[in-house]
Amino acid sequence: MLVPLSWMLSFAPLPTDVDLLRATFDDLGLVVESVEHIGEGLDQIVCAKVTDISAIDGADKVRKITVDAGGAPLTIVCGAWNFVVGDVVPLAPVGAVLPGDFVIAKRKMRGVESNGMLCSARELGLGGDHAGLMLLTTVEGATPGAAIADVLGITPDVIFELSAEGNRPDAWSILGVVRDLAARLGVPVTVPALTDASIATAAATSPAAASIAAPAFCQRLTVTAATGIVVTDSPRFIVDRLEACGMRAINNVVDASNYVMLELGQPTHAYDAHRLSGGTLGVRLAAPQETITTLDEVARVLGVPGRGLGDSGEDVVIVDGDDVVIGIAGVMGGAATEIHDGTTALVLEAASFSPMAIARTSKKLGLRSEASSRFERGVDPNLAGAATERFFQVLRLTCPLLAVGWPSAVAEGDVAPVTVITAPVGEFTRLLGLSLDAATVERLLAPLGFAVAGDAILSITVPSNRPDIRTMPFGVADVAEEIVRTYGYTKLERTFPSWSTPGSLSAAQRRRRNLRSVLCGLGLDEVWTPTLVDPAVAARGLGDEAVVRLTNPLSAEEGALRTSLLPQMLAAIAYNADRRQLETGFFELGTVFEHPAVAATPRTTKAGGGGGAVASLPMERTHLLATLGRHGDDAATAVAMFAELHPTLGLGPYRLVQPAPLTDLGPLGLGLHPTRSAAVVCVATGITYGVVGEVDPTVVALAGVHDGRRIGLLGLDVDALATGELARAVGEAIPVSKFPSSEIDLAFVLADATPADALRAALVAAAGEHLSSCVLFDVYRGTGVADGSRSLAFRLQFGALDRTLTDGDVGAWRTSCIDAAASLGAVLR
Amino acid sequence: MGVTVGTLDLDAYVGAADAAIRAASSTDALDAVAAEYLGKKSQLALVQRTFGSLSDEEKRTAGAALQQVRSTLDGAISGRREALAAAERLEQLEADRLDLTEVVPAQVRRPLRRGHQHLISQTQAELEDVFVGMGFTVADGPEVETDWYNFEALNIPPAHPARGMWDTFYLELGDPETVVLRTHTSPVQVHLMEEAVANNTLPIHAVMPGRCFRRDTPDARHLHTFHQIEGLVIDEGITFTDLAGVIQTFTTAYFGPAMSSRLRPAFFPFTEPSAEFEITCAICQGAGCRTCSQTGWIELGGCGMVDPAVLDAVGIDATRYSGFAFGFGIDRCAQMRYQIADMRALVENDLRFVEQF
Repeated sequence: MLVPLSWMLSFAPLPTDVDLLRATFDDLGLVVESVEHIGEGLDQIVCAKVTDISAIDGADKVRKITVDAGGAPLTIVCGAWNFVVGDVVPLAPVGAVLPGDFVIAKRKMRGVESNGMLCSARELGLGGDHAGLMLLTTVEGATPGAAIADVLGITPDVIFELSAEGNRPDAWSILGVVRDLAARLGVPVTVPALTDASIATAAATSPAAASIAAPAFCQRLTVTAATGIVVTDSPRFIVDRLEACGMRAINNVVDASNYVMLELGQPTHAYDAHRLSGGTLGVRLAAPQETITTLDEVARVLGVPGRGLGDSGEDVVIVDGDDVVIGIAGVMGGAATEIHDGTTALVLEAASFSPMAIARTSKKLGLRSEASSRFERGVDPNLAGAATERFFQVLRLTCPLLAVGWPSAVAEGDVAPVTVITAPVGEFTRLLGLSLDAATVERLLAPLGFAVAGDAILSITVPSNRPDIRTMPFGVADVAEEIVRTYGYTKLERTFPSWSTPGSLSAAQRRRRNLRSVLCGLGLDEVWTPTLVDPAVAARGLGDEAVVRLTNPLSAEEGALRTSLLPQMLAAIAYNADRRQLETGFFELGTVFEHPAVAATPRTTKAGGGGGAVASLPMERTHLLATLGRHGDDAATAVAMFAELHPTLGLGPYRLVQPAPLTDLGPLGLGLHPTRSAAVVCVATGITYGVVGEVDPTVVALAGVHDGRRIGLLGLDVDALATGELARAVGEAIPVSKFPSSEIDLAFVLADATPADALRAALVAAAGEHLSSCVLFDVYRGTGVADGSRSLAFRLQFGALDRTLTDGDVGAWRTSCIDAAASLGAVLR
Repeated sequence: MGVTVGTLDLDAYVGAADAAIRAASSTDALDAVAAEYLGKKSQLALVQRTFGSLSDEEKRTAGAALQQVRSTLDGAISGRREALAAAERLEQLEADRLDLTEVVPAQVRRPLRRGHQHLISQTQAELEDVFVGMGFTVADGPEVETDWYNFEALNIPPAHPARGMWDTFYLELGDPETVVLRTHTSPVQVHLMEEAVANNTLPIHAVMPGRCFRRDTPDARHLHTFHQIEGLVIDEGITFTDLAGVIQTFTTAYFGPAMSSRLRPAFFPFTEPSAEFEITCAICQGAGCRTCSQTGWIELGGCGMVDPAVLDAVGIDATRYSGFAFGFGIDRCAQMRYQIADMRALVENDLRFVEQF
């Protein structure tokens, strides 16, 4: 909202210190977005007539100009060439200050004295033209020495761009803003008449001219007939004020309506009386499929339920005496009854509509107007009378024969009762922390129009221009805000509450932090990839029914929720590869989504529409995924990395199951290399909670990584890590033996078809209780080992807490191990 | 009787080609077959070149017959190619087979390099730590919410004009516009309050970080996906001046002792009284500069006393309990601290950016 200082000053003797006003606005919650100074620095700029132009020796960019600026001829050195002798141009004489604090001084250039500066439009802050001097030759009154501000009719002013909050309908007008400022600054507010001329009274407007058939949607409808209208241009000051507020002048009738809306906040609508059947206005709900062509020449269909919640299709309309729709209430009038050049009589509507109804209709039709945005916030139901009077005052300036049909016809719907907030004064202290008494509350609220009565128990009557203040009990909070707002947020004390419970992270949050720090320690970079992905990508490997789609995506490529982290993480590798950054090892901890129709356990919560219904929502799971794309990375890297990560997870022993059982893995199993991946399974519980291995080469290529590298993969279902069964009981520390341990190395040749882990398990089982570790330390294929098998070398370490083991002990275990291995077909080398 | 074009018996040609296609045992061999029967030097192509001597009518008939042969063979070749490619892929995968339990971790070598946590998760952790130090617990919540949690319980009824404050992504679930990607972390407040009421565990002192979504076209300053952290205190005797104090404590703890905060009246449907909170402009240290529009203050987030309508919606007795809530952007904190000119760098995951943090 643009608010000119000059307009504000017509209502109250406000200070003109712009910084003070800006700070006050801010502290009142009327946020100043920008401040524009109009005509600043123009007071010393005069018109100058060019009397001579001559070259300066040795200068080809500047010339010596002689001008007549009302006094003695002045010489000026000037670099512009767009004028000739006889032209009139703006002169900033010595001592003038141009916008941007640029002081004009006497200077000598090329040996020629320059006594000022001839200016372009941009240099004067009067537009963007910088191609040459501003030419005033043809402007009326541009005589030498005349002040340019007078010649151009520019009055210096300051325009504040304010953003009034949604809960401040009262502040959506010049007068409303002034009222707020004046209350804080302690100055009186008056609304002077716009004209001394009297306005003739015509026959009273017929009481039947206003009727309301939808009382829940319109508190009051005020209709006033008038004759003696001449449609013409508005007076200059009206046009200036409208333009300063960013509105275009149309004609005196439309301008008067806009002027009143800007000034008082009451939208009005004028109908051509001769085109208004019956000369009456009624308010009702649109019938289903009823249509109207609005002022913008668009045919609108009304009375149809909207798509969203809470829009049952109740559109409020204005009808004429034949019950024909002639306007969408509070949003836009119809074309048929519009004011036109030949209008001589009009009917003025000033009403107060239900904010919610106007908001619904405006949203559904995609039609926002100055009027609808005010009605949406709530218009004072008692404002129509004053606004109607003001409208005719403005119109009287151009229509001397104006005759108004006083009194107006007024129809009433469900007029909201006056809101009274009753609360102990201590209630405000309880909420605000300010020490308040009745006198203080009254001092703070009375200037805003609140009537405060009572002492211990306050009874606060809310003015009708504050429909945002709710009734009891919630209204207490609204009044509390008004108290602290007028008190001044910047003056607010700061207190520090304390409580006895400690702050903490949850176990799940600590686990996520641990994962991040371990993986960073292992050299991986954390990435953040998009949640919104291409539906085709989301469906990959899962089918369309698993995909949650957006109703209103910004683009088709962002039309679904991700089902897996993998595609976007591979895309991150491709993005870097395209920039010759090939050493990429990434991980992400993020949410993936599963459609409730396919989720094993869909999430159900309270739905909309009052929270009564139940809705099925997508299953959200936190996945950890690492894509290992550095030089030499592959499935083995992933396995080794998981071996490092696992001890920090607080889980019991795991085993790798190959091939990974895809049905147990869900989205975590997407894109796995079929022969180089395994599922991570908890030995004790059999729960599958992760994958290690590689990304399927076809999937790598699909993501745009074409350099043939292998990409190792490590994935964890982070939510599963939190399940009670998986979490290991707090383990006891394993004592370390003081006696020397014994080690034996055993190498076996084993067919490729049998997993190394099977052999290791057999060795562990056979070695007995004194085995302290059994580690695979070498794998060999080649000469001396038959094709289709490999040599696996294990180091077994034995120890006892109470003695040194004998060669005999170890020898016996060795034999058992070899026997156990033989049963798997493994042959000792 | 088969169709003959020129010297070529088409049925015989197709029969021979079919057999060759079926016999091709690799994609390379199949390529050779395709060249032989459909290529530039194939009999089919040779016959086509003799069309010059035919009448228009004959050309049409012969042309159609040849086209028929071509499409039949094309189909057969692509079918065979798929089968062969699948077999070759299987063969390759089989040759690639690795027993993951024979990996010797000690033999896996990786360069000595630390990784980098994402700037946003670092920032989030720093913010969480500040609030944990101030006595807050940290809560999480889902990214998909119903209208109830994202709007209605927060005193934003359906079709309320205040909904225009959030550009919402809706999901194709349930009735139209009932399931949303959360536009703020505030729904977590509702979950926490409902749980506290159900389990009789009031008071609440918690912060809620998380990912949020708004339907804004991304530009240098905004992404449609962003991260917020939000705080909620519900207890007996909590006041607006307590909120001002907590905001100030946080400001100095996170941004540094030289930084201050101030509140300015604002409107949010879920708080009353409401405020924007601003902190000292870090660029000019409060002196006034272009970044802060000469005010010396930079807006960080919104806050206020929890609206009694919100307490009512979740069943908290507003005459006994009061509380405040505040929220601001995690991404914005990072942007301010590191002067990030284009927020899109946060999702590009370019190593040159990632490695800076």
